[in-house]
Amino acid sequence: MTVKLPIYLDNHATTPLDPRVLEVMLPYFTQEFGNAASRNHVFGWHAEEAVEQARAQIGTIIGASGKEIVFTSGATESDNLAIKGAAEFHHERGNHIVTCQTEHKAVLDSCKRLEKQGFEVTYLPVEKDGRVDPERLRAAMTARTILVSLMLANNEIGVVHPVVAIGKVVKEQGALFHIDAVQGVGKVPFNVDEARADLVSLSAHKMYGPKGIGALYVRRKPRVRIAPLIDGGGHERGLRSGTLNVPGIVGFGAACALAQEEMAAEALRLGSLRERLRRHLQEHLPETYVNGSLEHRLPGNLNLSFAYVEGEAMMMALKDVAVSSGSACTSASLAPSSVHRSLRIGEELAHTSIRFGLGRFNTEEEIDYGAALVVDKVRKLRELSPLWEMAQQGVDLKKIEWSHP
Amino acid sequence: MPYSDKVIDHYENPRNVGTLDPEDPQVGTGMVGAPACGDVMKLQLKIGADGVIEDAKFKTFGCGSAIASSSLVTEWVKGMSIEKALEVKNSAIAEELSLPPVKIHCSVLAEDAIKAAIADYRAKQQRQGAGGGGHGGNGTAGGK
Repeated sequence: MTVKLPIYLDNHATTPLDPRVLEVMLPYFTQEFGNAASRNHVFGWHAEEAVEQARAQIGTIIGASGKEIVFTSGATESDNLAIKGAAEFHHERGNHIVTCQTEHKAVLDSCKRLEKQGFEVTYLPVEKDGRVDPERLRAAMTARTILVSLMLANNEIGVVHPVVAIGKVVKEQGALFHIDAVQGVGKVPFNVDEARADLVSLSAHKMYGPKGIGALYVRRKPRVRIAPLIDGGGHERGLRSGTLNVPGIVGFGAACALAQEEMAAEALRLGSLRERLRRHLQEHLPETYVNGSLEHRLPGNLNLSFAYVEGEAMMMALKDVAVSSGSACTSASLAPSSVHRSLRIGEELAHTSIRFGLGRFNTEEEIDYGAALVVDKVRKLRELSPLWEMAQQGVDLKKIEWSHP
Repeated sequence: MPYSDKVIDHYENPRNVGTLDPEDPQVGTGMVGAPACGDVMKLQLKIGADGVIEDAKFKTFGCGSAIASSSLVTEWVKGMSIEKALEVKNSAIAEELSLPPVKIHCSVLAEDAIKAAIADYRAKQQRQGAGGGGHGGNGTAGGK
């Protein structure tokens, strides 16, 4: 049995375009090239029809109407539009925003910018399992809270937050609820009414659609008002001007339709592959820990700490298997991952985490190949690790005074 | 992040991995860095009566550049006198391995490890000279 290398296990970063999605998109690059905003000829009408169909497909997967979908360039823009747009529109009602320490940068940095403009932001910690406790949120909210922004599923450790319980608290307190649902939609069931969401960020390329297209769900009943970030021709109900990316939108719609149809079966398959990987690694490698809740987790996510092995060295060793690390050295900033810091992982486990992101096109053979490779490389790197040696000798690493050059 | 061929070579075939007896009065142990920072280097040097480094061993927790820096240093210092080894500069390590700016700290750590190992050796020698003896470095904690 041969496995084709390299193997892609980084499906939280992006996913390959599903060939079925590509097929639907192709005509919209060439024959059906019309501008969806052209109202007076058939080229425009065809493009608009395709866009409206995609809008409905995208709405359906989150239990919304297509009319509530605003297209953007991707989830980073959606997060910016939701947070800054809500803040600008509702600043007279209050200046307080609540989010969480483990949110995506697009949310955290949007909030940081608002802080500079005079808004107050509370960054909730997560519990040991990586999830937000709705009671902590309740305690953090005040009469001045206008917006709560929390994600559906975490991009690093894959935990799924209790958004339904959170939405209940948000609404009791009368604030707007924004959910960055990028990692969760199409992977786990999600419904805007159940979660009582007002604004929801979505991205096509995390669900086997194309890059460069995303959406923001903006509730119509009751109507949620936000200010646009981009001014121009007044497209998308005036919330996002700019000529629509028709092929991208068509692909996004097709990706949603496929996800809708296949989500249940795919979740079962990925969940069992993930467990196969986890069991193999934990059985063969002592001191290997799961970061975050295993129960409330995306089926395709596994985030493990291999104690005494540094994450970047690990990724270098796994060169034929594409994974990601929460280790310091991975990101351009040398700060350790905020998610792992928020989980209050002990020093001895800092910098040792690896994120495996399983997706639609991974096979059991690939997982088995990857699992065997990881076991081999962790063993080798532990032989190289002075920390492993000390731990084996019974030295308590917490009691050592480390030098900080 | 793309690595230089030399980093990859040292990473895939690290030289002089291992442990020398930390109780041996001829062995100096330097441990620098911290797990919280993502790098810990342990460098051990076995130094002859003539002050020449006879053997060098390392173990490193850290990224590929940190492993390569420590591996390279063990190759370099073998056969050097203590004085020469103390002159090894991080810039030379960084240059040899073509380390990018964000990885310069790995070479700094390797330089510090040499200094820490030699300081440990000298402290041991002094204790021996003073007739105290008995306690070798236990291989833990940095040299400063």
